[in-house]
Amino acid sequence: MLTPVMSRHWDDVDSFTLEGYTRHDGYTALPSALAMEPDTLIALVKDAGLRGRGGAGFPTGMKWGFIPQGSEGQAAKPHYLVVNADESEPGTCKDTPLLLANPHVLIEGIAIACYAIRSSFAIIYVRGEILHVVRRLQQAVLDAYAAGHLGKDIGGRAVDGVGGFDLDVVVHAGSGAYICGEETALLDSLEGYRGQPRLRPPFPATHGLYASPTVVNNVESIASVPAIVLGGAEWFAGMGTEKSKGFTLYSLSGHVKNPGQYEAPLGITLRQVLELAGGMREGHQLKFWTPGGSSTPLLTAEHLDVPLDYEGVAEAGSMLGTKALQCFDDTTCVVRAVLRWTEFYAHESCGKCTPCREGTFWMVQILERLEAGTGTEQDIETLLDTCDNIFGRAFCALADGAVSPIVSGVKYFREEFVAHITNRGCPFDPVASTVFSATTSVMGGTA
Amino acid sequence: MTDLTPAPSEQPLAVAPLSEQTRRELRQIIARYPQPRSALLPMLHLVQSEQGYVTAEGITVCAQELGLTHAEVGAVATFYTMYRRKPVGDYHVGICTNTLCAVLGGDEILARVKDHLGIGHNETTGDGRVSLEHIECNAACDYAPVVMVNWEFYDNQTPASTVELVDACRAGSPPPPTRGADSLCTFRQAARVLAGFPDGRAGEGLQAGPPTLAGLELAKRRGDSAPAYPSDTSPES
Repeated sequence: MLTPVMSRHWDDVDSFTLEGYTRHDGYTALPSALAMEPDTLIALVKDAGLRGRGGAGFPTGMKWGFIPQGSEGQAAKPHYLVVNADESEPGTCKDTPLLLANPHVLIEGIAIACYAIRSSFAIIYVRGEILHVVRRLQQAVLDAYAAGHLGKDIGGRAVDGVGGFDLDVVVHAGSGAYICGEETALLDSLEGYRGQPRLRPPFPATHGLYASPTVVNNVESIASVPAIVLGGAEWFAGMGTEKSKGFTLYSLSGHVKNPGQYEAPLGITLRQVLELAGGMREGHQLKFWTPGGSSTPLLTAEHLDVPLDYEGVAEAGSMLGTKALQCFDDTTCVVRAVLRWTEFYAHESCGKCTPCREGTFWMVQILERLEAGTGTEQDIETLLDTCDNIFGRAFCALADGAVSPIVSGVKYFREEFVAHITNRGCPFDPVASTVFSATTSVMGGTA
Repeated sequence: MTDLTPAPSEQPLAVAPLSEQTRRELRQIIARYPQPRSALLPMLHLVQSEQGYVTAEGITVCAQELGLTHAEVGAVATFYTMYRRKPVGDYHVGICTNTLCAVLGGDEILARVKDHLGIGHNETTGDGRVSLEHIECNAACDYAPVVMVNWEFYDNQTPASTVELVDACRAGSPPPPTRGADSLCTFRQAARVLAGFPDGRAGEGLQAGPPTLAGLELAKRRGDSAPAYPSDTSPES
């Protein structure tokens, strides 16, 4: 049921070191990859069916294949690989533990990907708000250079100093902006500007970093590549479902007995994950959950058997996203949860597009009224109308994400929104939903 | 355009001007990138590590080094939340109040710490030791409720444990992070690492906390595993 591949050796205390990684096949995929033609490598990743693990699920090999190759026009410009390690989607917590436990699998994946797309410069755009991940990445890059996995003539393929594969990798710490997880905003940020999304087309594949051909991939996507090279496309595709192949990290959090990282084939269900992980906390029922972070519409207990792959979750009216399974039990006020997420989107809206900048601001005002019990039923309609006017009307998906919790929250729990109005306040006790609620009396009300 | 000069009441004590050494390091950052302007974000981290916040002088120096205007650099510095426009404490405490942490207790933690320290969001204690901020999701939801100090993890907090933590910070003896270095560095030291100057502490601390290993340990207990690599491709079974 569980298939630890990336997480297979995380319980070694030195799993994050070069020694720890090389003890278990580390950096053995790279020479195999370098023995292939770059296009063969792209075909391998396509055949494996690896899809982007950052949320959108775009086929990784196809993305690599979009990079123009040759000596004319855009193709002649330097090619870049940019790794999106700016993990910030609420609920999402997979790349951070992966990078703390094994930064080298990312470095090896980067080297393989760069060889495939014919790039000699990669940048890891890592979230600045997680210091120890930055440290681990910096050290891994230094150690990889020292071991000859990065730098000049990797793998010693040059003949008379010609034809070698060179690669430089820079670790670039961001500065606190959720929007920079959006790939074109990330590129603007990387160029030293405010992180604001670009209009597409042109797409990064032809006009990305410095208007040059650029692949932007999520950490987990790239970290999956060494295993694909070692195991082959068939081995990888042997896990998962028809259109969603392979293993992936499911991040279970919230009112569950055993939160954490569960690496499993795509297509497992939340019921299965919860059964494996010991279920919801004692005496409470699942009320609502996100399949892949706060930008993916909420689901409820009636969706426990939805296959957690790209197609299954879409069919249920949501998105697989980052597989961030945030589970909330019956003590949680959905209005409060939705308001808090909306405050987040209003705070993080970069301001470029009016519907998002203004709309998120107004949605917070309305939700505040509703939560405080001073709203009206008309407010619920105004809220949905505002969502309707934001969705699909901005450069990037932040605005669409902002709409998700509201529309799904009202869809499944309209009566709870109404109850706030008729009760003139929130019917829930916030202390009951805390992890220390059972000990509140012991603590003498210290909460 | 936001004025970067703090209000008179918030005027910090004079900070030492940026040194020649810092200017050299700013140029080292520029040299890492194919195009100079890409260095701007780490350069601002470096300014912050030297002076404690992004000073008007820091903005000017970055602009000079990159051939940009003061306004171009200021526009960037004011966009990102990690750049401070006035001094923060040696220990910058961030309490996650995004939905999941808030519901699991982050709201109670923030309220308690505000009350205990007598300061609010983006304020600093009178002794300059501790500053407080409510932060957004910090990618550790399986360790909720989460508190960050100088961007190091303090996992699974309660109101009482966080009050102890901030008191220890004020006393100058913070406990080590739960998943981070063996001891807590200062805000300025953290900013220097973010500017791309490693502090040599990557080897310290855990490789993974218990929730990170939950799935792996369960798989081992159950005897679950991914299929082995086809026999001819792997040295390891």
